[in-house]
Amino acid sequence: MKIVTANRLIDGEAVWLAADHGWVETIDGAEIARDVATEEKLERAGKAAICKNEVVDLALVDIDLVEGRIVPKRLRERIRAAGPTNRLDLGKQARKGVRIAA
Amino acid sequence: MYRYDEFDHAFVKARTAEFADQVDRRLAGDLTEDQFKPLRLMNGVYLQLHAYMLRIAIPYGTLSSKQLRMLAHIARTYDKGYGHFTTRQNLQFNWPALGDIPQILEDLASVEMHALQTSGNCIRNVTADHFAGAAADEVADPRPYAEILRQWSSVHPEFSFLPRKFKIAVTGAERDRAAIQVHDIGLHLKRNEAGELGFAVYVGGGQGRTPMVAKKVRDFLPEADLLTYSTAILRVYNLNGRRDNKYKARIKILVHETGTEELTRQIEAEFAEIRNGELKLPQADIDAIERYFAPPELPARPHSDDVRDPAFVSWLAHNVNPHRSPDYASVTISLKGIGEVPGDASDAQMDAIADLAEELAFDEIRVSHEQNLILPHVARADLKTVYDRLAGIGLATANAGLVTDIIACPGLDYCALANARSISVAQEISTRFGSQSRQEEIGELKLKISGCINACGHHHVGHIGILGVEKKGTELYQITLGGSGDENTSIGEIVGRGFTAGEITDAIETVVDTYLAHRTDRQETFLAAYRRLGAAPFKHALYGAEAKAA
Ligand code: SF4
Repeated sequence: MKIVTANRLIDGEAVWLAADHGWVETIDGAEIARDVATEEKLERAGKAAICKNEVVDLALVDIDLVEGRIVPKRLRERIRAAGPTNRLDLGKQARKGVRIAA
Repeated sequence: MYRYDEFDHAFVKARTAEFADQVDRRLAGDLTEDQFKPLRLMNGVYLQLHAYMLRIAIPYGTLSSKQLRMLAHIARTYDKGYGHFTTRQNLQFNWPALGDIPQILEDLASVEMHALQTSGNCIRNVTADHFAGAAADEVADPRPYAEILRQWSSVHPEFSFLPRKFKIAVTGAERDRAAIQVHDIGLHLKRNEAGELGFAVYVGGGQGRTPMVAKKVRDFLPEADLLTYSTAILRVYNLNGRRDNKYKARIKILVHETGTEELTRQIEAEFAEIRNGELKLPQADIDAIERYFAPPELPARPHSDDVRDPAFVSWLAHNVNPHRSPDYASVTISLKGIGEVPGDASDAQMDAIADLAEELAFDEIRVSHEQNLILPHVARADLKTVYDRLAGIGLATANAGLVTDIIACPGLDYCALANARSISVAQEISTRFGSQSRQEEIGELKLKISGCINACGHHHVGHIGILGVEKKGTELYQITLGGSGDENTSIGEIVGRGFTAGEITDAIETVVDTYLAHRTDRQETFLAAYRRLGAAPFKHALYGAEAKAA
C-alpha cells in the first residue's frame, strides 16, 4: 500500500494527497493506493499539483495499516508525519490526536 | 570585528532584493522548482523533512551582541524560538516559511549578515579557531586572513561553479582547534625563522564518504601570496576535479588520484604564472583588514579565583581557556547541557548571551565548530559573575572537551538526507555519562555523531565516532575509534558491525569502560590509549568471541 506525500511550496509543511486530490496536513487524511492503478492516479494528481506550484518534492510512500491507521514503513516518513522525536512540542505531533514517530 | 564598507552593504542589499524577487516569482508560479532550487540554495535555503531550513553564514564564527540579538529575534519572530549552531560555525533555522525568508534576509542585512554561499558548489564560509585573537598559544589572529579570503571568494566569478563545494579553515596556533586537516584547504598561520608571517598550506582533506587527511603542499607561504596561491589551487582543482561523478568530485579525490607531488607541481606552476599579479596582497591592505580585528583594550584587572563553589571550580577547569593576557580568559558556553540537543540555543538564551557579552565580554561572541559559543575576552575577575549568569539560563554545564560535549548533526529528526537519528543518540549518551565526577574521571574524550555518511557531525575525527546508517528499515549505528581533528589528525577506524538504537549507548559505555581498564594512568587520554593499544581490546569488549572469529 502506498500514499503520496510532498512539501507545500509556501512554507515547506509536509502534506499528503487526500481522496479529493487536495492536500492535508496530517497523514491520517491521506488516500491509500491499494493497487497500481490507484497509485498511478494519485501520482498523476500529485504531478499536476507540482505543475500548479502547490507542492514540491513529491514522493510515493510505502505504508502499513496498524489498527486501521496509516503507518509508513520507514522511520523517515513517520518522523515527517509527526515531527522531531526529540521535541514533542514541535511539528504535527504537537497537535491534538497526532501520534509521535518513535 | 570586521564592519561592512559601502561595497559590502550595497552588495548584500542587492543580493537580498534579487532573492526577494526570485521568491516572489516562484510563489507566483513564474519559476518552476527546477529553476528555483539552485537559486534558493545559493541563498542558504534548503528543504528538509518538516519545513524549509535557512543556513546563515557566521564568517569565521565571529558575532557581535547586536548580531546575536538579531538571530534571537529571527528565531522568535519567524521560527520556533530556537536556532541550531553547526560544525561549520553557522546557524540554522529549521522552520522558516519561504514567504518570510526575504524579510529574514533583510533583517540579517541590517546587522551585516547574510546566508550567501552556505550551499552550492562554491567556496563556503571560511572557518577559524574559535579562540582566535585571544588564545595564549596563538602566533597571530587568523581572522584577518579568513576575512580576506571571504572577500575574495564572495561570488567569485571563476569559482562559483566548482566541481563540488569547497571549504577553507585557518588556525593561528600550533594546537589546531579548527580541524584544518579535514578541509579542502587548511591554513596554519605561523612565523618563519626570520619572524615573518605566512602559512603552512594543506590541501585535500575532507570527511564524507571518503575521508582523507589533507596533504601539506607548502611549509611556508608568505602572507602576501595568500590569494595567489589559493587561486592557483582552485584553478588546478576547477580544471581537473572530476565533474563526472559527484562522489569523486571533491579536491581530496583529485589529490589522491593525482598524487601530492604531481599536484603540488601543478599548483606551483600556476602560482609561478600569477604570483606577481594583481592578487598579491600589499601590506597596506593586510594592515587595513587587521585593524578591524584589533584586540579590545584590556585594562589590568587583578583577580583571585573564587574557589569555594565546587561546581564553579569544575567549570573553571573545563570551560575556561588561557588568554594571552593573564588577567583575562576565554569562556566556553556549553550548548551541551546534560540530555539536551547539541548546538541548540533558544531565543531567550541568545538574548541573554548577547547581554552578557555586551556587559562583560567586549561585545564579542564566537561559534565553535564543536557547536558551543565562546566569550573570547572575559576578565578573570568577572568569571564568577559570568558563570552565575550562565547558570541562570541553564548554560553553565562544565563539560567542554568531556564525553558529554558531543557534536551531533541534525540527523533524521530534521535532515532530508539522513539515514538515522543523531540527536536522540547524543541525548541518551549525554544522560548516561551525565555525572560530573564520572565525566571528569574519564577525562578528555571527543564523541561525534553523524546521521549519514556526509559526516556533518565529524564522526570520522571523533575519538569515538558514531555513524548512523539504515539497514532493513531500522537505524543502525557504526562505531569508529581513534579519529582526531587536531594537529595530529587521524581518521577513525570502524570497529565492527553496527548497533541498534537500543544498543548503542551500552556499546559506548563498553568502549569507555575498556579505556578506563586499560589506561596507564589518568594522564593517558582516550586517544593516547587507543593509539597505544589499537582496536583489539575494544573489539574484544564489544564483540567477544565474535571479534576473534572475524
Ligand atoms: S551528516 Fe547526513 S544526516 Fe547529518 S546533517 Fe549531514 S547530511 Fe544530514
